[in-house]
Amino acid sequence: MGVRQWIEGWPVVRQLTGADPLGRGAAAESRVTSALRPRTSQADRVVASVCPYCAVGCGQKVYVRDGKVTQIEGDPDSPISRGRLCPKGSASKQLVTNPNRVTTVLYRRPHGTEWEELPLDRAMDMIADRVIETRRRHWQEEDGGQRVRRTMAIASLGGATLDNEENYLMKKLYTALGAIQIENQARI
Amino acid sequence: MAECHPVGFQWVMEAKERGATVIHVDPRFTRTSAVSDVHVPLRAGSDIAFLGGLVNYVLTHEKFFREYVVAYTNAPAILREDFADTEDLDGLFSGYDPDGRRYDHSTWAYQGAVAAPATGEHSTEEEVGQPEEDAHRVTRRHHGGPEHREAARAEAYGSGGPSVPFKPELDPTLEHPRCVFQVLRRHYARYTPEVVADICGISTEQFRRVAEEITRNSGRDRTTAFVYSVGWTQHTVGAQYIRTASILQALLGNIGRPGGGILALRGHASIQGSTDIPTLFNLLPGYLPMPHAGEHLDLDSYTAADVGKAGFWGNMRSYAVSLLKAWWGDAATADNDFCFDYLPRISGDHGHYRTVLDQIAGTVKGYFLMGENPAVGSANAKLQRLGLANLDWLVVRDFSLIESATFWKNGPEIDTGEMRTEDIGTEVFFLPAAAHTEKDGTFTNTQRLLQWHHKAVDPPGDARSELWFTYHLGRIIRDKLARSTDPRDRPLLDLTWDYPTEGAIAEPSADAVLREIGGVDAGGNELAAYTQLRADGSTRCGCWIYCGVHADGVNQAARRRPGRDQSWVAPEWGWAWPANRRILYNRASADPDGRPWSERKKYVWWDAEQRKWVGADNADFEASKPPDYQPEPGARAQDAIAGAEPFIMQTDGRAWLFVPTGLADGPLPTHYEPAESPVDNPLYRQQANPTRREYPHPANRYQPSDGAPGSEVFPYVFTTYRLTEHHTAGGMSRTLPYLSELQPEFFCEVSPELAAERGLDHLGWATIVTARTAIEARVLVTDRVRPLRIRGRTIHQIGLPYHWGGNGLSTGDGANELLPVVLDPNVYIQESKAATCDIRPGRRPRGPALPRLVADYRRRAGITEPTGEDGTR
Repeated sequence: MGVRQWIEGWPVVRQLTGADPLGRGAAAESRVTSALRPRTSQADRVVASVCPYCAVGCGQKVYVRDGKVTQIEGDPDSPISRGRLCPKGSASKQLVTNPNRVTTVLYRRPHGTEWEELPLDRAMDMIADRVIETRRRHWQEEDGGQRVRRTMAIASLGGATLDNEENYLMKKLYTALGAIQIENQARI
Repeated sequence: MAECHPVGFQWVMEAKERGATVIHVDPRFTRTSAVSDVHVPLRAGSDIAFLGGLVNYVLTHEKFFREYVVAYTNAPAILREDFADTEDLDGLFSGYDPDGRRYDHSTWAYQGAVAAPATGEHSTEEEVGQPEEDAHRVTRRHHGGPEHREAARAEAYGSGGPSVPFKPELDPTLEHPRCVFQVLRRHYARYTPEVVADICGISTEQFRRVAEEITRNSGRDRTTAFVYSVGWTQHTVGAQYIRTASILQALLGNIGRPGGGILALRGHASIQGSTDIPTLFNLLPGYLPMPHAGEHLDLDSYTAADVGKAGFWGNMRSYAVSLLKAWWGDAATADNDFCFDYLPRISGDHGHYRTVLDQIAGTVKGYFLMGENPAVGSANAKLQRLGLANLDWLVVRDFSLIESATFWKNGPEIDTGEMRTEDIGTEVFFLPAAAHTEKDGTFTNTQRLLQWHHKAVDPPGDARSELWFTYHLGRIIRDKLARSTDPRDRPLLDLTWDYPTEGAIAEPSADAVLREIGGVDAGGNELAAYTQLRADGSTRCGCWIYCGVHADGVNQAARRRPGRDQSWVAPEWGWAWPANRRILYNRASADPDGRPWSERKKYVWWDAEQRKWVGADNADFEASKPPDYQPEPGARAQDAIAGAEPFIMQTDGRAWLFVPTGLADGPLPTHYEPAESPVDNPLYRQQANPTRREYPHPANRYQPSDGAPGSEVFPYVFTTYRLTEHHTAGGMSRTLPYLSELQPEFFCEVSPELAAERGLDHLGWATIVTARTAIEARVLVTDRVRPLRIRGRTIHQIGLPYHWGGNGLSTGDGANELLPVVLDPNVYIQESKAATCDIRPGRRPRGPALPRLVADYRRRAGITEPTGEDGTR
């Protein structure tokens, strides 16, 4: 680097001699900032999605790099939202990359005072056992002489934040189990 | 709308720029009010009076759309002689049983008909008393019975609502004294601007301005839309709020036309989908009713009430058989009734709040919480936690440790000493959930539009989708029971449960599930429309109203043709049920002859040359049925609907101003005060909805109303609501730094007058008390809340956003802690939007002093077990 380049590298010189006398543009740019690129341009993939908060259904574009979500933007193609997102939708990258998310199974034994960790497959097996046992012990073939073929001991709440396919499998499995107290936020 | 559905609100602003008048009717002053032409800050819980006043205005000023009303609504239908209105019975309709606190609907029927709803709820002989011989024969075939009234109603009727066995006798002049039009006129005659002002706490000028604006903006050339959310539904008369708007919109000719309608803005990404494909106790997919014990003994008795009826519910058996075939596949045959007997039966109220009381009573042992946080989001959160603490096991699936997962460790009752961690026997499994970016699937948005979201990345660690959890749980259970010979296990073992899985975590294919939902024929080819479904077992379809979502082997919900590259209706973005229709009942956008009502509001119309319906949308009508089509005698299902009858899910093809059957609390909306109200009902001696559902429990005490002894202890009205920056019970927002910074703290909104009356300081603390509990909030003194003049008194309202709880980054007390569980009798939704309370300066007590304070309030108010249970004064 010559002296002249070195001197011209000073922002104040560029501000005084260049086209940016207020120092709010090119004069203030460093090598680091000039090399910056938006995350959206560096993505490996852009995946079409839908905002998970309210029911307007705004279009989202999910930018992915190295297997991680790096940015979520509104989708201008959407005739519903035309690229816009509200504060919650705009925060949805933080929702999915939030370090506060729990990523391991936690278990609280009866009367326990603390959480314990549990392998996922072990938890699934234990839950299956509890469902089978609860259903077996609390099966109702009849109620007041009327055939009901159900269990009143297993209930479920939730579904409004989930996909149609998920609600469908839940209702299908619960019904086959004979569980009927199946509810979600739509009742609320 | 600007507050809770901001991006949807851009279209309201666009309309405003093009000259639309925007009216905001809401107790709150919000971002919507700030940009509206008119804001009407009425009292929470007074909307039926307001809307009923508008109905009265439309009728008395002859502002209704006569041609539309005569041709497309049941205004000309003639009612029975023995029907008695609330005007005759001081706030009750004929048929009221004060002991059972419910109605016998028989006198509400059309003359000559005994009404029976299409699906789910059906009158029986016991209920209808002594009808004519003919009608007797009709009713005998219907489902129902005394116990059946206990089951939830409105949602059980399907997307088209209940129906009647045959078409009513009509008086097109609308002059018959017992025609619906005249009954309606009498019912609302006393809802004058002065009465409206007195009940709602607004001025008669405000009311008249709204009445003039909406009537001026309705008719052949113009349409007016109503938009609502849970501010209308969360009342003991919630279904009747929507009904009042339906009456008004039908009178003004604003249904089935562009720019019209009554639009529900729903608060969760797929809450519409979870209603269509219901995780709800009273429904099967597509609004088919859950079978009822003792009534639905087999497929014949289950479908009998609908087979042979007019309208598309007449094909209900095809929808039901196709569902059974989707679920039980080859095991479901005509010989075994298509496995109908595999379905468990309901026998009453098995709703959310009933279930919680059953948890407390000990009959519910295991509970799944799938992305829902009732310890914050449901009314009377303490009841919820008492239920959770009495389970054998609990599975919570969410992103983070929500309050419903940690109640045993840090719930409010641990602090007060009402519960001890060591005493709580509930075994809790917390399983982390996958986010929308980590799974494929569809959300159904608030306009019935299915949109596919593609998986972008794998979920982290043990996080999994609910699709994964449910599929693998079912797989493990089926493996464990594989050798069972117990007949009760057949429904599980015969279940079609062979979805392909993908990737290292064996994620089931959401596309395969959507394909099952959308339906296939006997050859495995995807169906295009629900009209292809058959009752002979040759078709399989997991949700008949979604039939066609996978037509031509294409995931129609994943279509994303940019909006700018297609018509304003944008039919190639996603897929709307049914049959990709964007406006329901849009046959009503044309006149009886099939011509647009006006050039300005044309939408679909009859093209006589092509002999079919054409236009901007897919016609919600049989494509080639001409306007002059008249059904042959004995015609059934859609063949019984005439060419000028747009409301194709109704047996009479008409929009119902008067509901001859199916509603628990009356055929016409009537102003009742909220269950807890500081004022009397000036219209009737009947104070509150007589059929509202109450659940007395030591932790669910009701407060006295309207000057009854003790009501002065809880003199203020409070209402709950949401903020832009938070989402419902907070699990997806209070855990985020951005959103927690934008709205960091729970607060209450009070007027300067109330602040002065109670000594509340802006930014200081206040304690809000009900008979359930007391909570604390920061005080926002603001003239956004105004004292109201009602029944000659000043009434103060308090506003409470309900998002907070003890966990997450932004913590605070939950507003829902204050609420009683008291429900609408039609849909079992709680009254969250209007109740009474006290407010006092300072923070609430800690530890055992908190329940002592609340007990002291209850003692001062004289609250005992039966308080509030009698709606009459």
